Amino acid sequence: MHTFTEAFSLALALILTGGSDLYQIVGLSLQVSLGATLVACALGLPLGALVAIARFRGRNLLLIVMNALMGLPPVVVGLLVYLQLSRSGPLGFLGLLYTPTAMVIAQTILITPIIAALSRQVLEDLHGEYAEQFRSLCLRPAQVMGALLWDGRHALLTVGLAGFGRAVAEVGAVMIVGGNIDHLTRVMTTAIALETSKGDLPLALALGLVLLGLALVINGAVQALRPAAQRPVHV
Amino acid sequence: MLTSRFLTSSALVLGLTGGAMAQDTSILVQSTTSTANSGLYDHLLPLFTEKTGIQVNVVAVGTGQAIQNAQNCDADVLLVHAKPAEEKFVAEGYGTQRTDLMYNDFVVVGPEADPAGVTGMTDAEAALAKIAEAGALFASRGDDSGTHKKELALWQAAGVDPATGSGDWYRETGSGMGATLNAGIGMGGYVLTDRATWISFDNKQDYTIAVEGDTDMFNQYGVIPVNPEKCPEVKIEAAQDFADWLVSAEGQAAIADYTIDGQQLFFPNAPQS
Repeated sequence: MHTFTEAFSLALALILTGGSDLYQIVGLSLQVSLGATLVACALGLPLGALVAIARFRGRNLLLIVMNALMGLPPVVVGLLVYLQLSRSGPLGFLGLLYTPTAMVIAQTILITPIIAALSRQVLEDLHGEYAEQFRSLCLRPAQVMGALLWDGRHALLTVGLAGFGRAVAEVGAVMIVGGNIDHLTRVMTTAIALETSKGDLPLALALGLVLLGLALVINGAVQALRPAAQRPVHV
Repeated sequence: MLTSRFLTSSALVLGLTGGAMAQDTSILVQSTTSTANSGLYDHLLPLFTEKTGIQVNVVAVGTGQAIQNAQNCDADVLLVHAKPAEEKFVAEGYGTQRTDLMYNDFVVVGPEADPAGVTGMTDAEAALAKIAEAGALFASRGDDSGTHKKELALWQAAGVDPATGSGDWYRETGSGMGATLNAGIGMGGYVLTDRATWISFDNKQDYTIAVEGDTDMFNQYGVIPVNPEKCPEVKIEAAQDFADWLVSAEGQAAIADYTIDGQQLFFPNAPQS
């Protein structure tokens, strides 16, 4: 299909000649999804660590709920946030609907369960290895959580990337709460949806390639930031 | 210390994103997709903004959703194309006043193979009846949009209940005009679309306009400022400025000036005082 070759050359041309519109869209995508990932990590990592070491009634039920929420449909999250932020909704007075902040809120809700559930699994496994040591040192729960989070930081980086990947790739939530407003709330995925609906499939695909390239760059950068000792040794 | 730095950077991200939207002289328009997808706003809005300094932000959704959003007070101006629903919106107090703005028309597009043999017909009802009789595929918006409402009215006039063929020859996509065109063209079915979206649509493949020219396929657009009595946050002055400019001689001329490949997409018909 010639659409693919057309899309590839178009994607290349887009990146090289760019134009401020593309950079603005890419920039907003990054800003919103990285913002959501940061907030989701700030909420989800402590929650994951807490559930990993705590034993209480109903814990299994909580685990099931946390794991199930990883499958939250973006469009439902968008709708729920819309109903809250709408001028006729309870938080309408904040005037946040159709702003990047609303998009950060929606994506944060979408990926916090992912961060919490995945980090819980990582940290629980880690805790199994260290539990006796922690007990012999008589550490307080907060200290245990801190030690686990620090020790598992490399695995948790991947957890964060999973959350970011989900956020930057979703379209349903940002479309509803952002409104895909040109030069204000248009991000990569809503731009792709728009070009598809205009029937400009090569441009839509080219934007998709740019988004994919962006994900590659970010994951590559994170990989490069890891200390050499953490990389597998090649023999 | 790490935590505080982390929190500062999170706050920075949020602060930056929050700051980007602070614009006092901006209004929000809930609009039908055809006016946005066809590029009309890209042509009109810079002219208006240059004249008044008012920034216009457009949310383009189906007419049904646009009206619903405006009823939730999430708009300053409503610009859609479903006259009965618009009049109801005003009658219920959500809008101050509805004004005819411009028109174009709906067309039925179909594949070259023309399985129902309707190409060249000018009677929309007869053409639809023929499509139903032949059991030829028809892709419907199915999303309560202005185009969907018009399509249902045409089926009713044709004496056909397409719901009986739902999932069979009658395929309701439940999505926007562009997505429905993509789907209809993908499956080789007929599609009712407004002419502006069709002219500006890039994925036509072997499709052409099969049925056009019926007065029943007239497509009227209207503009309505949202009523501040229902929605106190509405920026009524700027909203009224925008509506007034659109129907002014200057705005109407700007609408008429917009063409793609030499074809005019919208025909201004606001009442001139």
